[in-house]
Formats: sequence, structure tokens, C-alpha cells
Amino acid sequence: MAAVPGNEQGPVYKDGSFREWLNKRLPVDEFVASQLTGYFAPKNFNIWYYFGALSLLVFVLQIFTGIFLTMHYKPSEMAAFDSVEYIMREVEWGWLIRYMHSTGASFFFIVVYLHMFRAMMYGSYKKPRELLWIFGMLVYLALMAEAFMGYVLPWGNMSYWGAQVIVNLFGTIPVIGPGLVEWIRGDYGIADSTLNRFFALHVVAIPFALALLIMLHLVALRQTGSNNPDGIEIKEKKDANGKPLDGIPFHPYYTIKDVMGVGVFLTLFCLVLFFSPTFGGLFLEPPNFEPANPLSTPDHIAPVWYFTAYYAILRAVPSQQLGALLMLLAVAVFLFLPWLDRSPVKSIRYKGILSKIALTVFAITFIVLSFLGLQPAEGLYVLLARIFTVLYFAFFLLMPWYTSVERTKPVPERVTYHG
Amino acid sequence: MVDSSRRSLRPSSVLGRAWLVAVALAGAGMPLAVHAAGGAAVSSAPGALNWHHWEAGNEIFNIPSLQRGARNFMAYCSGCHSLKYMRYSRLAEDLKIPEAQLEQSLVLPGDKKSDYINTRLQAADGEAWFGKAPPDLSLITRAKGTDYVYQFLKAFYSEPNAPTGVNNLALVGTAMPHVLSDLQGVQTAVFRNEEYKGEGGKPVVESRFYKFEKGTPGALADEEYDTFVRDTVNFLSYVGEPAQVTRRTLGVWVILFLLAFTGIAYLLKQEYWKDVPPGQH
Repeated sequence: MAAVPGNEQGPVYKDGSFREWLNKRLPVDEFVASQLTGYFAPKNFNIWYYFGALSLLVFVLQIFTGIFLTMHYKPSEMAAFDSVEYIMREVEWGWLIRYMHSTGASFFFIVVYLHMFRAMMYGSYKKPRELLWIFGMLVYLALMAEAFMGYVLPWGNMSYWGAQVIVNLFGTIPVIGPGLVEWIRGDYGIADSTLNRFFALHVVAIPFALALLIMLHLVALRQTGSNNPDGIEIKEKKDANGKPLDGIPFHPYYTIKDVMGVGVFLTLFCLVLFFSPTFGGLFLEPPNFEPANPLSTPDHIAPVWYFTAYYAILRAVPSQQLGALLMLLAVAVFLFLPWLDRSPVKSIRYKGILSKIALTVFAITFIVLSFLGLQPAEGLYVLLARIFTVLYFAFFLLMPWYTSVERTKPVPERVTYHG
Repeated sequence: MVDSSRRSLRPSSVLGRAWLVAVALAGAGMPLAVHAAGGAAVSSAPGALNWHHWEAGNEIFNIPSLQRGARNFMAYCSGCHSLKYMRYSRLAEDLKIPEAQLEQSLVLPGDKKSDYINTRLQAADGEAWFGKAPPDLSLITRAKGTDYVYQFLKAFYSEPNAPTGVNNLALVGTAMPHVLSDLQGVQTAVFRNEEYKGEGGKPVVESRFYKFEKGTPGALADEEYDTFVRDTVNFLSYVGEPAQVTRRTLGVWVILFLLAFTGIAYLLKQEYWKDVPPGQH
């Protein structure tokens, strides 16, 4: 007879049971106890706390549908477009797998953006969660690369010209630019070799990197524990047994709650998947139903919606070199959030009015820029893109100032409930 | 033009799409944007016929319409255009066309049922005759939209100077001759000279489209030709995504299941969370 490690008050193994045999060889129960039943999460999670688990769900979904797509897809200039149509028409349930993957790409960004916004609202990037935030941002960067290369694979006309525009951005780097672009493409233009290497990166290299980064993100989360809408450290108030007073075991409480969240999410996901998989041209763009054609540029080239905020920033600047640099900074600046935020409190609930205004303006800015990136770069749109680009960077650059001068509200001792 | 008002007054499908965007992305508040499809088109004079708002009004579940569309395509389009991703046999199965009828009236001479629908026109010949090989139409409705194809097939007008004798409002200078003119008849376009302010406020005169006038009547009345085009576009929409009927039908059951699942998951969650003591707040 032996107690379950990590849960001494819990069940004991019967001598000679399979469970004992297994646990002496693999720490199954110990893992469950430390990561699920013995991992305490704050009681007061609200709707914003579904999106982490949902991101993981979509990641798994993309991996599984991706495996089946690679069984029929052919990464060649001559056959790629046809093989996608073959999947859509002749492979049993191929259309379903392909739409799951293409819809999944957009939903991945929807949940990840909401997840990131949650972290920004409740200060989840602040000490002691700086590394957790940085791993999250690296996941986001890897996801962007993954999505971009995946978008090139169907070899539609927008795939081709999108790849052209994005890869050429590397050409704006002084001195090494032109050589670098050639090295990335493996040819003098976007060609078969480019498609081949993007396939390799999309299917093998980046998914591995993503899996590793997601694991690091989760390990870092388990180390610090989850933040919550009040920005209180629940580990600071413990009962006699050493359990956080404001915490509940992750399993069964949050696993069950997440199952419900998964139900709601899949309902929305399937509404799009089954009734509007192109989503009016936002998730699958009409020009991508024409095969790649180096001689015919689409009327206007725009990336898929999840990149258009950065695309608007790129086009807001007359110099392409400066535009590309700003675009890079627009993504990279998130990494510095833990040190830009000087507020003594974490959550937006207890921050001052300046932080509240800044975050609201930033959310609107991101949406407006995303919209502008889909429009042709002309007239009023360019002017607006410039104004909102300034607002975008002002949010970050002014943060050390507005978070330190404003008057914050007192943070309660224990977590609160807002329904 | 008969019943053009009915077509142009229907609520725009763009609004429907924008609504969908709003619902699914409400949380994220993502931008509402829709890509417009279609190539270069002529500008219209004020009060002109609203041809670019004509909607194809697809009925993807209307099997008789799809069957007529298949017949129209094979009779009038397949001489030059392929449906290279579409097999005759799949067509027969999905559109419930009896095998005998398929062989008799749809399969091109020399083709087998399991073949893809490929035109006999060689690309090089097409290029020599029209200046451009006629494109494959498998995905035309997905690339350009059904409304565009519908408008295109109804917006040919006589232009004696053009090599084909016709031009088209939806695709100016199209290389395609009006192969359906026997059915539609010949229409001429009335243009009006409109004055507007150009660069620097200087008045510029531009010829803008105003309306169509019917010349020689065709074999079909206007309503019949309209049905002919609608059926054909409906069929091309089916060819663009043959799985769409299954997709929509299956989708209803999937959503019903997920709603039931979510309901049960909610009850389960309530049951578990009963013993979480309420906050001190």
C-alpha cells in the first residue's frame, strides 16, 4: 500500500494492482495531481479565460487536419492548385478537412487575439509573468510564419502575389536585402523551390517550434500560476493545508467549464465552416480560386484579415524600407510590455482612467487598422492609416508615462465576482 | 429589360455577409469588409440601369434548375470552355440525371462517363481565334462571384467596330463573342455624355452608360433568357463547389448536435460548480 504521490490524503494503491505497477514506472498519478487536480486556479475566471484552452484546441485541430491534407496535397508548382481542388472534390470528406483547416487558421487568430487582449486587460504580462508573456508572443510570431506559409501552399493567385509582397520586404534590408530575398525564395522569383521549402517549413519545422513554445508557455504558467481579473496573487492567501483560499482545483472545475466553452466555440466554428467557409471573401479570398499567375496581378493585393493591421502600417509609410521596419516594430513592441507598464496594479479594474482610455483606443486602433489594410491604399484611407499608426505606437511609447502618473484604485485582499 | 427592378431592389448580399462577420467576430470586433469581385466595368450615368446590382439569386437545392443549367452549359459553352475538375459521372450522381440521358445528351462524343469535362477546343486555336484561350470555368463563380457571371451573360451589347461585333459592360473589351445572341437577341447600349469636374475643377465630358435598347429579338423572350442565364450560373456555382449541397445539409445536423452537447455540458458544469463556495464579496 502506498499513497498517491503529491496527494497523500488521497487514494492508496492496492498491492499488485496495475495502477501501482504503472505508477512505479511512469509518474501518471503524480502528473495528474500536480498539473490538474492539485493545480489551483483562481475561482473568479470570467469569459476571457476560455481562449487559452481554445487556442490549444485549435492547434490540435490544425495538426490533425493538416496531417490528412498532406496525404493528398502535392507541393509542386504544376500540381499544388489542382491537388487542392482534388481534395475539395474527389477525396472522401476532403472538403470538410480542407475547410476545417482553412477556417481553423482564421479562428486560431481570433482566439489568440482575444487571449492576448485578455492578458493586456488584466496585466497578465506583469511581474512575475514576464517570461510567460514572452513565450506567448513567440508562439504568436511562429503562428504568423505558419499562417503565411500555409497561405502560399494552395498556389492561388493571391498566394503567389502575397508571397511576392511579403518576401520582397526582406529586400528592403540594407546591403544584405537582395541576396537574402534570393536565399529565401531559392530562385529569382517566387517559384517551385519557394513552394517546396514553404511546405517543409509549414508542415515540419514550424509546427515543431510551435509545440515546443506552447509547452514552455504552459510550464511557465504552471510555475507562476494563472493571473485573474483582479490581478491578485492567489498564492499569497492560503488555508491551513497550504491551499490557496481563492483557488479551486483546475480539474474538475475548469476542465468541465472548458468543455462547455468548447461546445460554444465549436458551434460558432461550425456555423462558419458549414454555412460560410469563405466568410464573404475574408477567410478564403476570391482571387485565390484562380491559379497562381505571374503575369496577372490581382486588382489589389491584401493579406488575410489577421495580418491587415500590420499591412496597413506598412503602407502608411511612403518609404517601403521604413514601412517594413515599422511593421516589424509593431509586432515586436509587444515583447516589451512587461517593462513599459509601470503601474503598481495589474488589472485594468484598478488602473486609472488614462490606462482605461489607452487600452480602449488601442483596441479600436487595431480594428481600424485591420480594416484599412483590406482597403486600397489611396486617398482618405492612407491618411487614416497614418493617424492610427501613430495611435498604435503611442499606446506603447506613452505607457511608462500614463501608467505611472495616474491614480490607481486600491486592490482588494481577495478575489471579487462580477457575474 | 423586363423585371430589372426586382433584381436590383433585393437587399444586397453584402449586407448579409457583413452581418455574419459581425456576429462571429463580435467579441473580437474585427473589421467588416468584403472583397468586391469582378474586372473592369464601365461607369454609369445618373439614373442609369443598375446592371451591376443584378443578382444571380442562386438556388443550389433546385435540382431541375441545375439540370437545365448542365444542359445549357454542354450545349452552348462546352464548345470552348472546360470544367476540368468535374467528371460527367459526378454530375449525373449529384444532379440525379439518369445514365441513359447523361450519355445521350451531355457526354461529349468520344468521352467516357468517368472523364473530366474538357472542351475539344485546343488552347492554341483559342488563342489564334480570340486572342486569348477561353478560360476553364470550374471555379469562375468562386473567383468572380455568381452575380458577376450573371451580369456578364446579360450585359453584352452590339458594337460593330469590335472584332466580335459585341462589347460587354461587365468586362469591357472582352474577347468572348456573344454566343447566346441567338437566344437573347441583340441589344444596343445607350450612352450619355456626362459632364463632371475633373482634376483642377476643369469640366470633363465622359460617355457613360445609360440603358439598353432591344434590337433584333432572339429565340427566347426576356424572362426565358433570364431563366436560361440563372440556370446556367446556378450550375456553374454547383461546379465551383460540388460539395456545397452536402455541406449545408450536414451542417444543420452538426449544429443541432453541438447545441445539445453544449446544453448538457452546461448542466454538468452547473452540477460541479455547485460546491464552489460563493465569494466573500
